[in-house]
Amino acid sequence: MAIDKFLVEASHIMMFARSVGDANPIYHDEEYAKKTDVGGIIAPPTFAQSSAQFDPNYFLRPKIGGEGWFGSGKEASGAKPSSSSGESGGGGAAMGLHAEQHFEYHLPVKAGDVLSATTKPGNTWEKESKRAGKLKFSESVTEYRNQDGDLVITATGVGVQTERAVDS
Amino acid sequence: MLKESEIKIGDTHTATLVEDLKRTQIVQYAGASGDYNPLHTDEIFTTQVAGYPSVFAHGMLSMGLTGTMLTNYVGDGALTKYGVRFTNQVWPGDTLTSTATIIDIREQDGERVVDLQIETTNQNDIAVITGNATAKIES
Repeated sequence: MAIDKFLVEASHIMMFARSVGDANPIYHDEEYAKKTDVGGIIAPPTFAQSSAQFDPNYFLRPKIGGEGWFGSGKEASGAKPSSSSGESGGGGAAMGLHAEQHFEYHLPVKAGDVLSATTKPGNTWEKESKRAGKLKFSESVTEYRNQDGDLVITATGVGVQTERAVDS
Repeated sequence: MLKESEIKIGDTHTATLVEDLKRTQIVQYAGASGDYNPLHTDEIFTTQVAGYPSVFAHGMLSMGLTGTMLTNYVGDGALTKYGVRFTNQVWPGDTLTSTATIIDIREQDGERVVDLQIETTNQNDIAVITGNATAKIES
């Protein structure tokens, strides 16, 4: 995954904060945010995950133009997804799940920033589990840089492909 | 920001993250994050094709909810590190509670920081997230 332009916008921060149940005015009230130490609206700690919105090939978003989508329509499943961008985020397709996520914060991310991101594969390993059969883990490391080229966040995601649906 | 004079190792902060998680909140997170995996929003696909009992929350929704507890405790812009393992799935109807425990107070790059251990559990007291964070504090 490579993202050229991840526009960090105040309205997106507001919607993201709402979705994680965060009413902190630092995420939606500019007047309030200006008077704080950070000096403006900032992004919540897991906001970098929404860079998926700016990945043109993100495989967990239905594409405009009828490329097919594996969610239900008339039938319980549509077409298989194209897996052209399988490294993003660390979520997964039908049987892929997110196992771990780690963020290192180097500089604050503020509304108005324009980030770019590059992802490199990390380690891979396998494990047997009683609840889901053979597990295949794979790590991906994403570096987010701001408009000045400074590293702002290092994100390490671990995805897992399970042999079958996880018993709960 | 936490003040060093007001905290000690072993201190905890607990918050209820969500009560009776609604499918709509999962949809809300899908829309905001851009992760539209039908496992989280499409009950028909998830039960009939993927073989799960219902849709379930994005791991990152659980991490985001837990992050709300964390920043409410340590303050805005204070985190230097936040990492989790997703140990169990979170389902619609779940009620989540999260606790951060101070495990160390130390120096890092010339600044004072706390290390926190994090655990988020569901209504059956099963951990759905375990993790760690580091945050700057006022000396």
